[in-house]
Amino acid sequence: MKLRARERIDNSVKLLVKTTGFLVIAILGGIFFMLLWNTAAFFLKIKPMDFMTGTQWNPSGDPATYGILPLLVSTCLVTLGAMVIAIPLGIGTASFLSEYAGKRLKNILKPIIEMLAAVPSVAIGFLGIVILGPGIAQITGQPNGLNALNGAILLAVMALPTIITVAEDALHGVPHMYKEASYAVGASKWKTLIYVTIPAAAPGILAAVMLGVGRAIGETMTVLMATGNASAFPKGFFHSVRTITATIAIEMGEVPYQTTHYYSLFAIAAVLFLITLAVNLLGEHYVNKFRKFHSA
Amino acid sequence: MIKKLTSVIEWSTLLFSTGIVCLFLIIILWDLISKGAPSLSWEFVSTLPREGMTKGGILPAIIGTVLLTMITALVAVPFGISCAIYLNEYASDNWLTRLIRACIRNLAGVPSIIYGLFGLALFVQGLQMGTSLMSAGFTLGLLSLPYIIITTEEALRRIPASTREAALAVGATQFESIIDVVLPSALPGILTGVVLTLSRAAGETAPILFTGVAFYINNPSGFLNQEFMSLPYHLYMLSTQHQAIEEVRPLAYGTALVLIIVVFLLNLTAFYIRYKHSKNE
Amino acid sequence: MNKDDIKLSASSVNLWFGKKQVLKDINISFPKNQITALIGPSGCGKSTLLRCFNRMHDLSPDARIEGEFLLEQRDLYERGLSVTEVRSRIGMVFQKANPFPKSIYENINYGLKINDVPKEKRQDIIENALKESYIWEEVKDEMQKPATRLSGGQQQRLCIARAVSLRPEVILMDEPCSALDPLSTLKIEELIVKLKKDYTIIIVTHNMQQAQRVADKTVFMYLGEIIEEGDTNTLFSDPKNDLTANYVKGHFG
Repeated sequence: MKLRARERIDNSVKLLVKTTGFLVIAILGGIFFMLLWNTAAFFLKIKPMDFMTGTQWNPSGDPATYGILPLLVSTCLVTLGAMVIAIPLGIGTASFLSEYAGKRLKNILKPIIEMLAAVPSVAIGFLGIVILGPGIAQITGQPNGLNALNGAILLAVMALPTIITVAEDALHGVPHMYKEASYAVGASKWKTLIYVTIPAAAPGILAAVMLGVGRAIGETMTVLMATGNASAFPKGFFHSVRTITATIAIEMGEVPYQTTHYYSLFAIAAVLFLITLAVNLLGEHYVNKFRKFHSA
Repeated sequence: MIKKLTSVIEWSTLLFSTGIVCLFLIIILWDLISKGAPSLSWEFVSTLPREGMTKGGILPAIIGTVLLTMITALVAVPFGISCAIYLNEYASDNWLTRLIRACIRNLAGVPSIIYGLFGLALFVQGLQMGTSLMSAGFTLGLLSLPYIIITTEEALRRIPASTREAALAVGATQFESIIDVVLPSALPGILTGVVLTLSRAAGETAPILFTGVAFYINNPSGFLNQEFMSLPYHLYMLSTQHQAIEEVRPLAYGTALVLIIVVFLLNLTAFYIRYKHSKNE
Repeated sequence: MNKDDIKLSASSVNLWFGKKQVLKDINISFPKNQITALIGPSGCGKSTLLRCFNRMHDLSPDARIEGEFLLEQRDLYERGLSVTEVRSRIGMVFQKANPFPKSIYENINYGLKINDVPKEKRQDIIENALKESYIWEEVKDEMQKPATRLSGGQQQRLCIARAVSLRPEVILMDEPCSALDPLSTLKIEELIVKLKKDYTIIIVTHNMQQAQRVADKTVFMYLGEIIEEGDTNTLFSDPKNDLTANYVKGHFG
């Protein structure tokens, strides 16, 4: 091939791959714009104040009410429960992997965690119905165990691989000299872990937690299947709840397009989007902080 | 003595949490395999559902999931690799590149149900593609894109600059150095990322809920412009929405087992590529 | 020096990486069919200067280059002159041997293929290049073997063969022996000396004995500037500048 032709190809390819780079911006922009546009359409009909402070979500009632609070509280409740379970387990496992486990044990445990991460959310939700639900029902004496606790436990299982992997990276990234300095003054392995390694890795661990939270808040299928989806205001872990994601999943299939109800689902999606965006940005902030701290 | 005891206790706390995490996987696998295996048969994976889903097989759901994953790959893989090439090989470190990277990281964090809404607004309604295999595949393609970009870029980053320079120094254009030398060297890493991403896409349900999945279609062959069945959605419907839930439970277990086998096979493929590659290095 | 004897030259060259100036007012010329060694402590800019000549900095977006580079009378950075053409006329051998992850045969064939050398001629060229680089005897029976299986010294000779197969006018060598054992180093040095009848060679080296063994002319650089240049023997035995004297005596570096 002649040189000129080759260089022309080179230039066109450069332009082509650059375009795909910009398309990524367009996709995020598109998602943002879609949510904004439909939310605006919703706010033309419903006052933002009623939406943000309303304690009832009943779009098919008469009059229809669009209060996001029960959904928001449900989402937060389930996520909180998941984190209470997943954070100690995750940090414990990450510490074990990074500080105690030998190379061979690590080679077994890491694939286990990767496999856990690979289990589809719908399969986890299914097990919530067939194993966890009856179990909880037996303990509490309720007719079925589909409630916030069930969802929280399942979400913990889903968030764990993320938390473990990122936290282990953080613990692993703590410079050896810190630990050696601690051993040198006679501290035990455990004391070193608690007082030196974990604090030094704190921003990285926080990032791990944030990514776990992001994963839990945005998860749809498990909570849809396991939490019972009662639309009343959530009363506690042993009651059925209905998260933002589950509400979208249930109602979007049934509403006619371009109605207030249809727009309202975009509005709650926009709230969900903003929350996950904030959580992810916070996580990223901690990752950067961790990197800066240890590269300095 | 006491010191030794406390250290054992401390150590077992960590071991305990690790054990619980492993236990989760064991319970999941044990339950699905022990209760799903009896439902598995050649008939189950090769025939259509019968009698209102209470009998018969899940062939259309398997075909649907396979086709859906293929469309996802066709959308996300070329697009994602191209974007990763731009970021790693061409882009200089300026605010625009940083913006693109920030977008990718945030796209990876966007909840899957929001991709579903986006697919509904863009493909189903905006581009008039209707609820169809194609709409759902495109939606899953967008969802998979950030992961493909991130893993591909990681694989490209591991190729040393000297490899690129070797090609440039004999007069290759930058494109030739990428296509002839850089991509072949990075291929195992890229493939690992692609396969892992597709295994995740195959198990996704939320993004296809409103973009084309159906509970029942009566022909097994998928058409791009028609609705389709898929394994994860089939499992969801059998376990929550069916009028005879207890009766179809064995079918649900069977479906769950098939789904998890598909996903784990893809994962094992990825592990194998990675393992072989790490041995070669 | 007679103008016709100058193969490659640089004048008034300044180079920045971001805000950091790496090369300062470089003026230098390289005589035809001779070996010129660039020496100096690490970070003095010798590799950076070398890489200017085949425009390897084109890909680093934060590099800014001023000045003129001439291959005979041709401006290497002239608009309309393609960078791929420059690179096929000015070959390069790198610090660490970097064969393509392909077969030995393909390693040399690749450059010929993209530079449009007709298929029927390639076999002879490949054989000649390998012979010229004194590696033919070692690899002639296993041309399809992956190049990465060769030893470090063999890989580097293969890389030299790859460079000479394109019949460049100049060969740039960036510390070609720094990753090799003494025996392989010796082989490569012999090879370099033999290559000079056909090529103009510029070699960056850390190793002052190496410069003395192979180079006709030596250039001493320090902190981005050329401190002293001249005939190799003179520069080592009778340096004019104190810095040069200290460096060649091994007082720093």
